Amino acid sequence: MAMSGGVDSSVAAALLSHDGHDVIGLSMQLYDQRDGDITFGNCCTLDDLHDARRVAGLLGIPHYILNFERQFKTSVVNNFISEYENARTPIPCVHCNGELKFSTLLERAQGLDAPKLATGHYAQVTQEKDGTYTLKRGADLTKDQSYFLFSLTQAQLACASFPLGHQQKSEVRAYAEQFNLPVAQKPDSHELCFVPDGDYASFIEKQSPNSGKPGRIADPSGSTLGGHDGIHRFTIGQRRGLGISNSVPLYVTQLDAKTNTVTVGERSQLEKTNLTASDVNWIAGTPPLSPLSLSVQIRHQHKAVKATVEAEGVARAHVTFEEPQPAITPGQAAVFYERETVIGGGWID
Amino acid sequence: MRIYFDHNATTPLAETVTETILATMKNHFGNASSVHSFGQTAKSIIDAAREKVSALIGATPQEIVFTSGGTESNNLALRGVSGSISTNKTRLITSAIEHEAVLKTVKDLSQQRWNTSVIPVDSDGLVLPEELEKIITSDTALVSVMHANNEIGTIQPIKELAEISHRHGALFHVDAVQSAGKLPICVKTLGVDLLSLSAHKFNGPKGVGALWVKRGLRLSPHSTGGKQERSRRAGTENVPALSGFGVAADIAKERLNKGSHVISQLRDRLESGILDAVPGTLVNGTTDQRIANTTNISFDRVEAESLLIALDLEGVAVSTGSACSSGTLEPSHVLKAMGLSPHRTQSSIRFSLGLGNSQEHIDRVVEIMPRVVDRLRQLSFSGSRQKN
Repeated sequence: MAMSGGVDSSVAAALLSHDGHDVIGLSMQLYDQRDGDITFGNCCTLDDLHDARRVAGLLGIPHYILNFERQFKTSVVNNFISEYENARTPIPCVHCNGELKFSTLLERAQGLDAPKLATGHYAQVTQEKDGTYTLKRGADLTKDQSYFLFSLTQAQLACASFPLGHQQKSEVRAYAEQFNLPVAQKPDSHELCFVPDGDYASFIEKQSPNSGKPGRIADPSGSTLGGHDGIHRFTIGQRRGLGISNSVPLYVTQLDAKTNTVTVGERSQLEKTNLTASDVNWIAGTPPLSPLSLSVQIRHQHKAVKATVEAEGVARAHVTFEEPQPAITPGQAAVFYERETVIGGGWID
Repeated sequence: MRIYFDHNATTPLAETVTETILATMKNHFGNASSVHSFGQTAKSIIDAAREKVSALIGATPQEIVFTSGGTESNNLALRGVSGSISTNKTRLITSAIEHEAVLKTVKDLSQQRWNTSVIPVDSDGLVLPEELEKIITSDTALVSVMHANNEIGTIQPIKELAEISHRHGALFHVDAVQSAGKLPICVKTLGVDLLSLSAHKFNGPKGVGALWVKRGLRLSPHSTGGKQERSRRAGTENVPALSGFGVAADIAKERLNKGSHVISQLRDRLESGILDAVPGTLVNGTTDQRIANTTNISFDRVEAESLLIALDLEGVAVSTGSACSSGTLEPSHVLKAMGLSPHRTQSSIRFSLGLGNSQEHIDRVVEIMPRVVDRLRQLSFSGSRQKN
């Protein structure tokens, strides 16, 4: 059981344990904790590891803290920084899930003779009659985290367990109270776990000396409208922080890392009908042979909309939306759903 | 069966130690500084403990300062000795394989008026006298080298190192936390000026230790207030724990006098058992000058952290490096100082035996090691991690 010290993974551990499973609690140490009370972020801090340990102690399950500082830096943090350097808006959680939790951590679990790794994600994995695994949204659609799990392969899904998949968040909180877990009242962490105070711009500037270079803000024809302090401070669809007064609202429509230019335009220019996704993972293991009519979600807080998804080779896909969508953002994930089932997903070019 | 092979981290209390502590707690609660009979009883308990602890190291009771443990003793030695040193002496020398309690303290002192030097160790894990000779200077105030290393068990040539130090006008402190109770110690023979020890390393309670200070040496106290410990360490004494400390010292002295080889035999059988049963294993550090209970073995293509956990789940308690250093990314500074490759430092496990271990334990561990190691070796990550 991957335990972050939060309510979700704590309740998941409790449910598994009460159901009679042999549970081993594993927490990942992602930052250097030796300096005592320096809080790097707002999850997996010393306090959180302490909470995980307390919950494990209460449940009577063994608990170990694994040092993944190096892997976290390589798989998650470095990617985060380089994406911003390339004017893309990354989703580190996807990498953490696919390359850390269901990779390195899963391997550690297998080394301890555990056939499955459970997490507190709101998602569902089921094995079909033909032996393949499907990934579905969690029952609580307001908390569904399947969007962040699109990169999981069949091999990874075979070893995954999501005890909270069919629960509502309110039920989970109720369980926490019922089991008397010390984390029952702990608030959820919403921000990126490794960025203190959600101030990712400062974080990027500290880690990447190349960022923060001033550049131009231009209109679609290329004329300069203003200046900016670093392209990493912007994302597609952004309205605030442009420092430009205009009769109609202006939105960031394009980011060019090479020229360090932010292009802005009116809302109509923000809407597009297609996108191309790269590094696509097809949950079934192979791409579909013909175009599919699916629902595509392009941001965590985006409601999936109808689109045609056509595979190109094994790792790319072209998505054509029925209705134009605003703020299609390079670096974000396009995840393809058939009703509640994840068919696949990839990174928006 | 739960098997405890981590005695260098801490030890179980000897039965009489526990009984003594409980009895003291129940019956003798007085403050040793009080004038009345309750205080006098407490005082006499402490005196008895002081005698026993000093006997363990061939010292006189008045030279013993009771502390809260090895860490405090080391701190008191390094920080306190500045009271005894002339201002033209500005250098502290220590070895590369000291415990964090010494290294961190020396690092802290280097931010103050002290210059610091570190004696390297060889690949056997030994501090060679000629290496000290190379770096010691006339402005050296204090040299601090541990008697037995906690991670690999190697015994350092303290007598020679102390001689060299004195010849250059420096004092010598020996951290004997890991050796006291395991090796016979006589402070006169060793020729040292300060010696640290800790009760919980030889079946005594946690929370008490001692610093032996050679008669005539002045110590600036760390903790000021009352006049306890001849004004060298203020604070109301932990009488129950000290009573246990004394009994533990007694038991250890008797065991050393008997000269038993039980533990070293068990250790040797465990060591050869593992080396034979598991391919790709090597002992770290010299096997000649070693305390009887320790073996540090590296397992090729295995992550020490994973092996540690896997063994724990099988009911076997061991450790990697020092207990105080777990939870960090740094490989063992001791193994690193010996020049071992990063791959080897991160695949090493310390087995340390003691009271309560039996041949049955040895057999069980040798039996399960191949299976556990094999399972870990089969995982792809153990190969990929080592790429760094």
